[in-house]
Amino acid sequence: MLSRTASGLYWMARYLERAEQLARVLDVTNRLSLMPVRGSQGDELLLPLNLTGTRELFETLNGRCTMPQLFNFFALDDRNPCSIFSCWQEAWNNAHAVRGSLSSEVWESINSTWIEMRNTRRRGITSANADTFFDWVKERSHLFRGAMFGTLLRGDAMSFIRIGTLMERSDGTARLLSVNQQLLEQQSDSVREYYCLDTLLRAVSAREAYNAIFKQQLLPDLVNEMLILRSESPRSLHSCIDEIATQLENIGSSGEDRPRYLITVLLAEMRFSTWESLTQEGLYHWLNAFLTRLNALADSINHTYLEAK
Amino acid sequence: MKESYQIASHFYDEMLLSDGQHRAHYQQYWKWLQQADVDAVARKREEAELLFHRVGITFNVYGDDGGAERLIPFDSVPRIIPASEWAMLDRGIRQRVQALNAFLHDIYHQQLILKAGIVPAEQVLVNDQYQPCMQGVDLHRNIYAHIVGVDMVRNNDGEYYVLEDNLRTPSGVSYMLENRKMMMRLYPELFAGQHIAPVERYPSHLLQTLRESSPVNDPVVVVLTPGRFNSAYFEHSFLAQQMGVELVESADLFVKDGAVMMRTTAGPCKVDVIYRRVDDAFLDPLAFRPDSMLGVPGLLSVYRSGNVVLANAIGTGVADDKSIYPYVPDMIRFYLDEDPILNNVPTWQCRKPQDLTYVLANLAKMVVKEVHGAGGYGMLIGPVASQQELSDFRDRLKARPENYIAQDTLSLSTCPTFIDNGLAPRHIDLRPFALCGADIRLVPGGLTRVALNEGSLVVNSSQGGGTKDTWVLEDDASC
Repeated sequence: MLSRTASGLYWMARYLERAEQLARVLDVTNRLSLMPVRGSQGDELLLPLNLTGTRELFETLNGRCTMPQLFNFFALDDRNPCSIFSCWQEAWNNAHAVRGSLSSEVWESINSTWIEMRNTRRRGITSANADTFFDWVKERSHLFRGAMFGTLLRGDAMSFIRIGTLMERSDGTARLLSVNQQLLEQQSDSVREYYCLDTLLRAVSAREAYNAIFKQQLLPDLVNEMLILRSESPRSLHSCIDEIATQLENIGSSGEDRPRYLITVLLAEMRFSTWESLTQEGLYHWLNAFLTRLNALADSINHTYLEAK
Repeated sequence: MKESYQIASHFYDEMLLSDGQHRAHYQQYWKWLQQADVDAVARKREEAELLFHRVGITFNVYGDDGGAERLIPFDSVPRIIPASEWAMLDRGIRQRVQALNAFLHDIYHQQLILKAGIVPAEQVLVNDQYQPCMQGVDLHRNIYAHIVGVDMVRNNDGEYYVLEDNLRTPSGVSYMLENRKMMMRLYPELFAGQHIAPVERYPSHLLQTLRESSPVNDPVVVVLTPGRFNSAYFEHSFLAQQMGVELVESADLFVKDGAVMMRTTAGPCKVDVIYRRVDDAFLDPLAFRPDSMLGVPGLLSVYRSGNVVLANAIGTGVADDKSIYPYVPDMIRFYLDEDPILNNVPTWQCRKPQDLTYVLANLAKMVVKEVHGAGGYGMLIGPVASQQELSDFRDRLKARPENYIAQDTLSLSTCPTFIDNGLAPRHIDLRPFALCGADIRLVPGGLTRVALNEGSLVVNSSQGGGTKDTWVLEDDASC
C-alpha cells in the first residue's frame, strides 16, 4: 500500500478514536459534576483539561471554569485542537484524502457525520443537550467501526486503521489511568475515591465488566489491573497491545523490523507480568514509562511505514 | 406535468417535435410524465441532493470561504438517444479519434500532413501545446490520446456538430456513472419499461485500455492526481477505486535507475502506467516548470526511454487546440481516406485576412473563442452580447487576430428540465468518452451537460451548468 495512503488511514483512525475518548470523558465529567460531594472544589471539571494538556489554552480563552464553557471548549470549539470538532475535522481531511481505499459504507459514515457535525456547530450545544451530543459522537464512532468490520477488505488498509485506533486507545487509557492515579493519591475520602474509580470505569465502558469479572466492591488495584493487564477488556492496555502486535504481523516486513520488535517486547511484558511486579516502582511511574515506550513505537511505525523514503 | 412544457419553435427539442407531439424514442418517458406530479419530483430532487452530499460527489471552489463543497446540479429528466442515432455517433467518434491519434503520431515523426500542406506547419510547430521533446519518441501502439472526450451539440437543423475534442485530461465520466446510479435509485420504474444501454462497464474498459497501453506483461497502473483540493478530485479517487489501483500524488513517485517508483509500506514499487490527471506543465519540474513544486523530477527522461507510459501522452494538447480543430475533417480524409461522419462547426480562422473581415462584419451573429481558452472563459457569444462587449471584442480581434477563431452560433438543442413549477426547455450538449487501447472502446452514452439558466448556452459547471443522465436505447423497436 502507498505510504501516504497508510498514513491517511492511520491518522484518520487515531483522530476518530481521540474524538470518541473525549466524548466518553466529557460524558462522565458531566455526570460527576452533578454529584453532591462533600469538600469538592470542582476538581472533576479539570479531568478533561489535564488529560489533554489544554488547561492553559482553556483559561486563556475562558477564564473561569464552568461546565457549559467546558462543553463548548471540548465539543465544538475549533480553536481547541483537542476538541471533538477539531478531531473530526482532521479525521475527515485524512479520510477524504484516502477515500478510494475505504469502502463506500465507511466513507459515507464518516462524511455524513462530518456534514451533521458542521450543522450542529452552527446551532451550538447547551448543557441541556450536551448528553445527547456526546452519545451521538459515540454512536457515530460505533457506526464507523461497524461499517469497517462489516465491509472493509481484510488487508493493509484495515490493518493500518486498526493500528491507528489501538495506538490512540492505549495512549488514552494510559493517560486516563495516570491522571486518575494522581487524583487517587490526593484522596483520603472514601466516597470520592469511589466516584473516581466509578468514573474511570464508565469512561471506558467497563463498569459492568468489573462486576462480572471481580464480583466485589471497587478496589483501586483491581480496577487498575483490569484496565492494564486483563486482556478480556477491549479497552485495556493488554488487549490493545495484543491486537497491534497481530496487525503488525499481518502487514509484514518491509525489511525494517523495529516496530515488530518493540511491540513484541511490550506484549511479552503485558502477558507475563504480575500486578505486583508491574507496580514495584509505583503505578504512576510504570504508566509514564509505558507512554514513553508507546511513543517510541509510534515513531518507529511512522518511520517504517508512513513516511517511507 | 407534461402540459406545462412549452418549447420555442426555433430550437430543436430532444423530446418534442415542433407541432408539440413527442418523438418516438421518448414514448415511454412521455407516458411516465403523464402520471408524474411536481411535488413528488421535487421530493426526489431533495433526496438526490442529500445523497450526492453524503457520497461526497462534490467539488471545491477555490477562494470560496471555508472551502465549501459544492454539488454540480443534477437534473433528473434523461436525455434520450435512439439506437440508430447512437450507432452513427459511435462510428463518427471512432473515426475521429483514430485520425487524431494518427495526426499526433505524424507531427511528432515524419510530419507528412505538414509536408503535404494540409495543415500549415506554423500552426503546429510554434503552437504552445506542441512539445518538441516528443519528437521521435515511439509510443506503444502509437497511441497518444488514450482517453478522449468529444464535445458535441445538436443544432436546430437536427444535426450533431463536434465543438471540441478533449485530448488532454477530459473529465466528467464519474458524473456519467453516478448520474445513472442516481436515476436507477430515484426512478427504478423507468428502467423496467425499456432497454437502456448500461454504462457501468466504463471503469473496467478504462483499466483494460491502460493495461494495453504498456508493453509490460501485467503492468502496475496508477492514477496521478494533483491532490484532494483539485476540483476533479472526486473523479480521480472514484476511478482509482473502481479500477482497484493506487491513487498517487507526485510526491508519492520518484525516479530511480531509469524507472518510476512509488513509495509504499513495503518499500519502493515500480510503476508502469500512469493515468495522469495533471497537465503536461506539472509532470516534471526538470523538463517543464523549474519553479513548480509539483511533478516528479526525471519523469520525462524515463518516459522518453519507454520505461513508463503516460496516458494521455505528453503533447496531445496541440491536436485539440482550437486553431487545429478546423483541420480535423482534412485529417480524416488524409490518414483514413474516408469521408468524415461527424460534422465540424463551420469555423473562420481570424488569422486569415478574408476570414477576419467576414467575422468583423458578422460579429453579432457569431461565437468567438480564444484559441487556447477553456472552460467557457474568454469567449464572445455575439447574439447575446451588449454593444460594449461587441466593440471590445472587435478591438481585441484587430489587435491579435491569430488568437481567435469564430464560429456560426449554433442553437443548441433543448431538453426538458425540471424547474420549480414544472418542466422547461434548457440547452444541452453531449460529451461521450472514447478509450483507445488494442481496440477503441465506448460505452453507449456520455455526459450530458445542461445550461440551467433560462436561455443560457453555457453548460460549464463553473458557470451555472448542471448534468443529466444520458440514455441510449438498445433498440429503436423498444420505443
